[in-house]
Amino acid sequence: MESHSTYVPKSGFAKWFESRLPVAGLVHSSFIAFPVPRNLNYFWTFGAILMFMLIAQIVTGIVLVMHYTPEATKAFASVEHIMRDVNYGWLLRYLHANGASMFFIAVYIHIARGLYYGSYKAPREVLWILGVIIFLLMMATAFMGYVLPWGQMSFWGATVITNLFGAFPVIGDPIVTWLWGGYAVDNPTLNRFFSLHYLLPFMILGVVVLHVWALHHVGQNNPTGVEVKSVKKDTLPFTPYATVKDAFAVVCFFIFFAWFVFYIPNYLGHADNYIEANAAVTPAHIVPEWYFLPFYAILRAIPSKLGGVIAMFGSIAILAFLPWLDTSRVRSSTYRPLYKQFFWVFIACVIGLGYLGGAPAEGGYVIAARILTAYYFAHFLIVLPLLGLFETPKPLPNSIAESVLDGHGHGGPALATGATAAPDRKS
Amino acid sequence: MKKTTLLIAGAIAAFLSAPVAAFAAEGGATPPRQSWSFAGPFGTYDRAQLQRGFKVYKEVCAACHSLSMVSFRNLAQPGGPEFSRGQVEALAATYQVTDGPNDAGEMFQRPGRPADKFPKAFPNENAARAANGGAYPPDFSVLAKARTYSRGFPWFILDAVTQYQEHGPDYIVALLNGYVEPPAGVTLAPGQHYNLYMPGNAIAMAKPLSDGQVEYPKGQDGRAPVPETVAQYAKDVTAFMMWAAEPHMEARKQMGFKVIIFLIVFAGLLYFTKKKIWARAGGDPASVA
Repeated sequence: MESHSTYVPKSGFAKWFESRLPVAGLVHSSFIAFPVPRNLNYFWTFGAILMFMLIAQIVTGIVLVMHYTPEATKAFASVEHIMRDVNYGWLLRYLHANGASMFFIAVYIHIARGLYYGSYKAPREVLWILGVIIFLLMMATAFMGYVLPWGQMSFWGATVITNLFGAFPVIGDPIVTWLWGGYAVDNPTLNRFFSLHYLLPFMILGVVVLHVWALHHVGQNNPTGVEVKSVKKDTLPFTPYATVKDAFAVVCFFIFFAWFVFYIPNYLGHADNYIEANAAVTPAHIVPEWYFLPFYAILRAIPSKLGGVIAMFGSIAILAFLPWLDTSRVRSSTYRPLYKQFFWVFIACVIGLGYLGGAPAEGGYVIAARILTAYYFAHFLIVLPLLGLFETPKPLPNSIAESVLDGHGHGGPALATGATAAPDRKS
Repeated sequence: MKKTTLLIAGAIAAFLSAPVAAFAAEGGATPPRQSWSFAGPFGTYDRAQLQRGFKVYKEVCAACHSLSMVSFRNLAQPGGPEFSRGQVEALAATYQVTDGPNDAGEMFQRPGRPADKFPKAFPNENAARAANGGAYPPDFSVLAKARTYSRGFPWFILDAVTQYQEHGPDYIVALLNGYVEPPAGVTLAPGQHYNLYMPGNAIAMAKPLSDGQVEYPKGQDGRAPVPETVAQYAKDVTAFMMWAAEPHMEARKQMGFKVIIFLIVFAGLLYFTKKKIWARAGGDPASVA
C-alpha cells in the first residue's frame, strides 16, 4: 500500500488489468516486496498465525452454521447432531471451539510482544488502537459464540455478563431488556447472539485490513525498536524471507492446535456446558472461558457492581491510551532495564488475575484480586508514566544492521556483503 | 529470548489452568484413577466391554435414564459396540416408538427401526421428577463429558500433556461404587442417599447396582469372562456412556496421529527451506540454529 512496489505487469492482460485496478501491484507491494526488518524474532510470526486462525474460524464457522439450529429448544441437540451425525462434524466443532482458544493464546502473545518491544509508540499509535479494537471485537465474538451451544455455562454466562449492563443507573435495566429481547435470557437472546456472532468476525476482518494497512504504512517495529534507516541494509523483502518464516511458525502452531483438537478437545471447556441450558438450575460456579478470567477477576474485585463493570471495561480501554501513558522514548525492553522487570511483573499480575478469576470469590481470593487489580491499573497510570522520566536506557544501536552484527543474533560476517545488497533478485 | 519463551509458555499454562481451578470448592472425595482402553493417543473402545455396558444400561439404568441422542443404528457403527446389523434391527424392534400423524391424523405406535433414536424414559422432565421424588435422572447421551472433578495444581497442567481426559468416567465409576452408610451424625433428607463422591455427599439415586444383577454372556467354558460384580458393572456401563458421549473418539484419535505426523514432517521441511533461504541473507539472527 506504499510505493515499495516494483511490480511490473508482464502479460498483455496483466497490463490492461493493472491500469484499471492495480490490485496485483497492491498485493505485490504488501506481501512480496514489503521490506521487513531483518532482525525480527519468532514473536513477530503471530500476526500471520492470527490471520490463519481468523480464516480457520470463519471457514469452520460457516460450515457449522449449515448444521446448527439457533433455537432455544433445539440448539443443544443440534450441536450433538453435528458431533454425531454430520460427516466430520466432530472435527469441525472441535476445530472451531478450540480454535477460539488458540486465537486468544496467539493474540495474547501478540499483545505481549507489542508491550515488550514498545510497538505501540509513535508512529504506530493508530496501528495499536486498531489492534485494541480487534481484541474487543474478538471478545464479543467469543462470548456470543460460547452462548450458541446453549449449555448450562452458555446460558448462565450470558445471564451474568448481560446483567452487567444493568449496573448503569437509569439506562441499565432498559439496556438489559433490549439485549435480551425480553425479560430473561431466552430464545430471542440466542437468536440475536447467533446473528451477531456471524456478523462480528467479518467486522474483525475489516479492522484487520486496516490494521495491516497501517502496519504497512508505518513499517514493522523490531526487537531493537530502532527505526529502519536503510531499506537496503536493515530490511529484507517479505517474500521469501518473512513468508517462509511465518509459514514455518504457522505449521508449528498448528501442531499445538492439533494436540488440543484431536487429543484433549474438551480440556479448555467446561463440563457443565454438556448439560443443556436450564433456567431453573444454577451451576455451582459460573465461570467464563479461560481467556476472560483476568477481566472477570477485575470485575469481581470491585465491591460495587457499577464500579466493577467500569473497571472491567476500563482495563481494556486503558490499552488504547498506552501510547501516551508510556513516556519513554525508547521502544524495546532490551534497552530499558527497569521496564523489562516491570513488564514481567505485569505479566505475572495478569496471570494471577486469571487464576483468581477462576477461583471462588471468597476470602483471601478477593483480597488478592483487589491487590492485583490495583496493580494492573497502577502499571499503566503510575509505573509507565514515571519510568520514562526516571529510567536510564541502555545505549541504542545505530541501526538494525549494526545490532545484528553486534551479536544480538547469529548474523555472521556474510551480512554486510552481497546478500544484503541484492536480496532475492533471482526468485 | 529463551527465558522469554519459557515465561510465556508458563503464562499460557497458568491461563489454561484457571477454569479447572474453578471447580475446587465443590467437595466430594477424589475419585480413584481407572485404567481405560480408550485413554491416551491410541485409545480404542473395548467392543466386548461396550456390549456388556449396554446390557447393564438396558437392564438397569434405562428405567430412569434416557439415551435420547443415540440412535439404535449407532450401536452397529464402527468405533462403537459394533453389534451386528441383525442384532440392532432385532433390538430396535423390541421398542415401541411414536410415529405419525397417519392419514387419519392420529399419532401411532410402531416397533422401532435402526434409524430411530432411543425412546425417552419419561415423556418430559416433570414426569421424570414426579416419578423420582423430585430428582431428574440425567440423560446419558453426553453425561460422561458433563461430569468432572477438580485435579488441582499442578496436575491440571500435566493433564494437557499426559492426555488424561477421563475425569468424567472416573467420577462415574467412583460414584457407582461410592455408596456407603452415612457417617455418624449425618442425617439425610428423605429420599437422599449417602455417596462418598457426590458433591455434597447426598444423592437422590439409590444404589443402582448389586452383584450378580446383570447376567453377562458366557464364554467357551460356560462362565462369564469377567466377574458379575458392581465394580465390573460400573466400569462397563461407564465405558458405554463414554462411547455414547463421544462416538467418534477412535476416528478422532486415529486422524490426530496422522495429522500431527504430517504437520511435524511439514514443519521440518519448512524449517530447512527457511534455513536455506535465510542463508542468502547471512542467516536468521533470531534463529537458534
